Amino acid sequence: MEQLLAFLSDNQLMVYLVILMIFLGIELIEKVPSVLHTPLMSGANAIHGVVIIGAIIIMGQADNLYATILGFIAVVLGTLNVVGGFVVTDRMLEMFKKKKK
Amino acid sequence: MQSILNSTILLDTAAVAPTVKQNILNILYMFGSISFIYGIKMLGKPETAKRGNLIAAVGMAVAIFGTIFLYENEGKALGNHIWIFAGLIVGTVIGTLMAKKVKMTGMPQMVSFFNGMGGACAALISLVEFNHLSHAGNFNDAEPLHLLIIFLGLVIGSISFAGSMIAFGKLDEKIKDKTLPLQQVVNIGLLLVILVIAFAASFDMITNPNVLFLILGLSLIYGVLFVMPIGGADMPVVISLLNSFTGVAAAMGGFLYDNKVMLFGGILVGSAGTLLTVVMCKAMNRSLTNVLIGNFGGSKAAAGEAKSMNGSIREVSISDAAVLMKYSKKVVIVPGYGLAVAQAQHVCHELEQVLEQEGVEVKYAIHPVAGRMPGHMNVLLAESNVSYDKLVEMDDINPEFKTTDVVLIVGANDVVNPAAKTDPASPIYGMPILDVEDAAHTIVMKRSMKAGYAGIENELFYSPKNRMLFGDAKKTLTELVSELKNI
Repeated sequence: MEQLLAFLSDNQLMVYLVILMIFLGIELIEKVPSVLHTPLMSGANAIHGVVIIGAIIIMGQADNLYATILGFIAVVLGTLNVVGGFVVTDRMLEMFKKKKK
Repeated sequence: MQSILNSTILLDTAAVAPTVKQNILNILYMFGSISFIYGIKMLGKPETAKRGNLIAAVGMAVAIFGTIFLYENEGKALGNHIWIFAGLIVGTVIGTLMAKKVKMTGMPQMVSFFNGMGGACAALISLVEFNHLSHAGNFNDAEPLHLLIIFLGLVIGSISFAGSMIAFGKLDEKIKDKTLPLQQVVNIGLLLVILVIAFAASFDMITNPNVLFLILGLSLIYGVLFVMPIGGADMPVVISLLNSFTGVAAAMGGFLYDNKVMLFGGILVGSAGTLLTVVMCKAMNRSLTNVLIGNFGGSKAAAGEAKSMNGSIREVSISDAAVLMKYSKKVVIVPGYGLAVAQAQHVCHELEQVLEQEGVEVKYAIHPVAGRMPGHMNVLLAESNVSYDKLVEMDDINPEFKTTDVVLIVGANDVVNPAAKTDPASPIYGMPILDVEDAAHTIVMKRSMKAGYAGIENELFYSPKNRMLFGDAKKTLTELVSELKNI
C-alpha cells in the first residue's frame, strides 16, 4: 500500500496525463454521427498499431535467437495492424466523398 | 532496461541528461501524439474524415522511423536494421494487399483481423521482455510494477488476439455461436484466476518462470470463451471492445518503455474505443452487459412468438411490384442486413436509377444499425455510387413516410417491426424503428418467413398494406429491374 502511494505521488504528472487522455478520448467520440462509427473504429484500430514501436525496440535490441524471432514476428504483425488499419479506413472513407451531381 | 520506478517515468527527462538524438525523438513523439488526437477528431466528421486518417498515418510513420533511427537506451542505438526493415516491408505488403483486396461487405472482419494482429504484437513484446528479465537472473528481482505491466500487456494482448480471431471467424461465417453450460461463471472465474496468477507472480509469490506460459495459455483460452457465445450480429460491439483492449495493451508498452507516443495512442484508443462501444450499444438499444451476457432471442423472445398474428400474408409477383413502383411518386428503400449478405447494393442502385428515369423520387432510409456495423450500410451503398444525399438517417426520414407511396424493404426485419413501439412485452420494445407502416404500401423482400435476428414475429408482414416478395435479394432485385425496363 505504502509502495503504491509512493508510486502515485512520484509519478503524479504521468497519472494526470493518463486521466486527461481518458477524458480527451471520450470527448473526441461523444458527438460522432453513427454513419462514421465503423470508419472511426477502424481508424482507432490503426492508431493502436503504435504498439509496433515496442516491437521495433525489442527487435533492435535483440541479442539472442528467441528475441530475434519473436521480435521479427512482432514487427510484422504490428505493421499489419498499422498499414492494414490505415488502408482499410482510407478505403471506407473513399466512399464518403461527395459525389458530383 | 528502464524500470517503471525509474525517475525517467516522470516528465523531467533532464534527470537522465538526454542526447540530441533523444531530444529530437521526443519532439517527433510529441508530433505523433498530436497527430493521433487531431486525426481522431477529424475522423468524427464526414467532410474531414479522410484527411484525419491521413494525418494520423503520417504521425505514425514519423514515430516509427524516428524510433528506428533515433532511439537510444543507455547510450546504445537500435541495431538489427535489416531485420526491422524486412519486417516492415513484409507487413506492409501483406497488409496493403489484404486491405485492398477485401470486399466492402467484408470490412468488419478485416478490422477485427488487424486488431488481433495488434494484440498479438503486444503479447509478443511482453514475452520477450519477460525473457530478458529471467535471463538476467531471477525474474522476481525486477520491480513488482514492472512485472505487473509486462503481465498485463500479455494478458490483454492475448485476449484481444484470441477474441479478435474468433470474431473474425464468426463474421466470416466460419465459426458458429456456441455456449457452454455455466459459460458466464466459467468466464468470470477464469479471468479472476488469470489476474490472481499475474499479481502473485509480480509480487514474488510465484517464482517459476514458466508462469508466463500459463498466463499466456489461460488468456488465449479466455479470449476464445469470451467471444464464443456472443451472437454474430453483436460482433461489431465486441470488435469495438476488443479494439479498446488492444489500445490498453499498447499503453502497457508505453509504460514499459516510458514511451509517450505509445502511451498516448494506446490510452486514447482505449478510452475512445470504450465509449464508442457504449454508443454503438445505445444505437442498438441494448446495454453492454446485455450484449456480453444475455442471449438476445432467448427467454424473452417466447413472449413475442406466443402472440398470435392476425391476418394473413399476401405475396406479390415481380411484375405487380414493378407496376406499383413505376406509378408511384415516391419510393423509399430500406436496406438491411440481408442486402449486405446478398451483396445486392449495386443492383439496388440500378433499381434506383431506373425508377428515377420514370420520374419517381427515390430515397434510402438508413437505420443506425442497418448492415453489419453502424454506418456499414452507408459505406456499402456509397460504394455502388448511391449519392450521399439520398441516404437519409432515421430521424429525418420518419416524418416522410406519410407521403411515401411504396416502401421497399430489402433484407431488413427488426428495424421495421412495429412491435418496438406497440408491444411492451417484445424484446425489442423501445428500440427506435423506421415508421414504414405510415406509407401507403410496403413491399418486404425476404428469403423466407424466418424471424429476424431478435427471433420474433413481425406484425408488419401481416398488415393489409404489406406485400411479401420472397427470394434472394440480389436475384429478385435484378428481376425487378428488368421488369421495370420492359413495362
